[in-house]
Amino acid sequence: MKNSIMTVMKKEFTRFFTDRRMVLTTLIMPGLMIYLLYSFMGSGLSSQFGSSEDHVTSIYVENLPDSLKNLAGGEAPVVFQHITESETQQALKALQDTEEGYDLVAVFPEEFDAQTAAYDVASDTQAPAVKLYYNSTDTDSQSAYNMMRDLLDAYESSLANKFDVNPGDEAYDMATDEDLSAQVFSMMVPMLLMVFLFSGCMAVAPESIAGEKERGTIATLLVTPVKRSHLAIGKIISLSVIAILSGLSSFMGTMLSLPKLMGEQENVNASVYGIDDYALTLFVILSTVLVIITIVSIISAFAKNVKEATGWVTPVMIISMLLGVTSMVESLCMTEPVWYFIPLYNSVQSMNGIFSMEPNLVNIIVTVIANVGYAGIGVFVLAKMFDNEKVMFSK
Amino acid sequence: MRELLKVQNLRKSFKISAKQQKIQNTKERIKVAVDDLSFTAYEGEVFGLLGPNGAGKTTTLRMMSALVKPDQGDVLIEGSSVVKNPDEVRSKIGFLTSELKLEEFFTPNYLFSFFSELHGVGKAEAAARKQKLFERFGITKFAEVKVGNLSTGMKQKISLVISIVHDPDIIIFDEPTNGLDVLTAKVVTDFLLELKDQGKTIIVSTHIFSLIEKICDRVGVIIDGKMAVCDTLEHLTNEKSLEDKFFDIYAERAGETYEK
Repeated sequence: MKNSIMTVMKKEFTRFFTDRRMVLTTLIMPGLMIYLLYSFMGSGLSSQFGSSEDHVTSIYVENLPDSLKNLAGGEAPVVFQHITESETQQALKALQDTEEGYDLVAVFPEEFDAQTAAYDVASDTQAPAVKLYYNSTDTDSQSAYNMMRDLLDAYESSLANKFDVNPGDEAYDMATDEDLSAQVFSMMVPMLLMVFLFSGCMAVAPESIAGEKERGTIATLLVTPVKRSHLAIGKIISLSVIAILSGLSSFMGTMLSLPKLMGEQENVNASVYGIDDYALTLFVILSTVLVIITIVSIISAFAKNVKEATGWVTPVMIISMLLGVTSMVESLCMTEPVWYFIPLYNSVQSMNGIFSMEPNLVNIIVTVIANVGYAGIGVFVLAKMFDNEKVMFSK
Repeated sequence: MRELLKVQNLRKSFKISAKQQKIQNTKERIKVAVDDLSFTAYEGEVFGLLGPNGAGKTTTLRMMSALVKPDQGDVLIEGSSVVKNPDEVRSKIGFLTSELKLEEFFTPNYLFSFFSELHGVGKAEAAARKQKLFERFGITKFAEVKVGNLSTGMKQKISLVISIVHDPDIIIFDEPTNGLDVLTAKVVTDFLLELKDQGKTIIVSTHIFSLIEKICDRVGVIIDGKMAVCDTLEHLTNEKSLEDKFFDIYAERAGETYEK
């Protein structure tokens, strides 16, 4: 009668994959929406904190000192325009009105170079003051202000240069690109994966179990000679596959949009991991999905309808998200194998170990075995529930 | 005649929730739905269960179909016990009730194949049986239409066909014509007579007297979960109509009066 497991699985797959609405909302939309959302967020952040690439920064300078005439804006194109005192008021008005071509007005004191050379930091006299006028509501003006401040700070440091820290192009940060990637991925990916996997499970399990109860179709199945355990196994395996595909969609959306979100940071990329890391991750993910699907299925079997099931599952999802955060807190990352018997926490910590490039094989094996064991217990419980008239036919 | 179905001292009770206690204006915590019920159905016989709403007919049929476990007693289907071998019992019976719904997303074709597989019917046998039943009920031209897009009558016909995909010898119908229009109800009634002619054992629960009179050989009258009378239709109706006889029994057993 193993065929009945396959029959139940085939039915679940047919139900899902031939329903365009379900495929769209469960497989395509999560990845697409995350990609679009993160991409827009990345663009929004970069436009908020930086000028557009083709923008030429216009800085109007009154009394530009000779020492600063050779200053340039680094890689950004900058045009310095000399103005007189009488033109300054007009430039400030334009800056206030965010007129095109007015990003910053810098007012230096006359004889700035002489004043700075004569200034004694130990004296009580006022230091020569440079005034930088800008408009914080205009991102180009804000960028021009930041750039000018950096230039002046660097110039000020060079005036009293007694020693240098980390001079030249030598690499002083001993962290490798792999370390940087591992740090970023081990903090973020376990939590994101937990959220995505749980969302995938929530999208399919309540509909398949509480939905069948609600529509009265589960009773039609229970009248057949199919064993309750086969029904439970067939549902859990097929729902796990669909949930993994849904989680994968979200994961791909995230990975593709992450560079945009992080401002095209060159040092962070997923290619630092080897095939063995991905294989270990896959084992952990598979066993995790089995546990989550089992939990959601059992809760859904208790619920009278999809709405009730979703309501009851939500607190469990919040707990799993909180467990996901433990990958970000070093003091909550345990290494003793006994901790890896705790469902969901073990998955987060195993993935944290893999992504930080310090996988602990013993803990990963404990995680996978424990998760498969919990899923087995869950299947037993679910089969008992399918056989329980109070649970199945409660109104 | 060979005993195909034997109901032995069946009992089932349910807890009454506080809400239900209020609605029913009772302090009783337990409702006995079926109380020490026994009867036997023989090969090729149509046995009717007659009783008012809440008498325990549906609970009895659910226990016979191994959907609900009895508190006491047993039901033997061709020797298989619903208590000890529920899966075996389910493979031997066909069960149809209006509470059993079909997934509206699927087509009749798909559902027939799906339930045939669950019952372990071979592909060739299932295909031949599908063709025969679909033609008999006029389902063929709707075979690829999703169930959700079909009329209530057509859905009921498909449910009926699905319940007998495995050609069982014992068929249990709970209110088979309930809620159907007269045309569909006639199709179902005629089919029950065809099954009877084929020698199938049929247990049918209903409160429609005309249906009982038309198809049943023997009748069991259930009142308050107990078997009030179990006799042949011929004996029950030799002096009075079935309807009059039923009300006499009801007044006697339930101690209630009724208006003719």
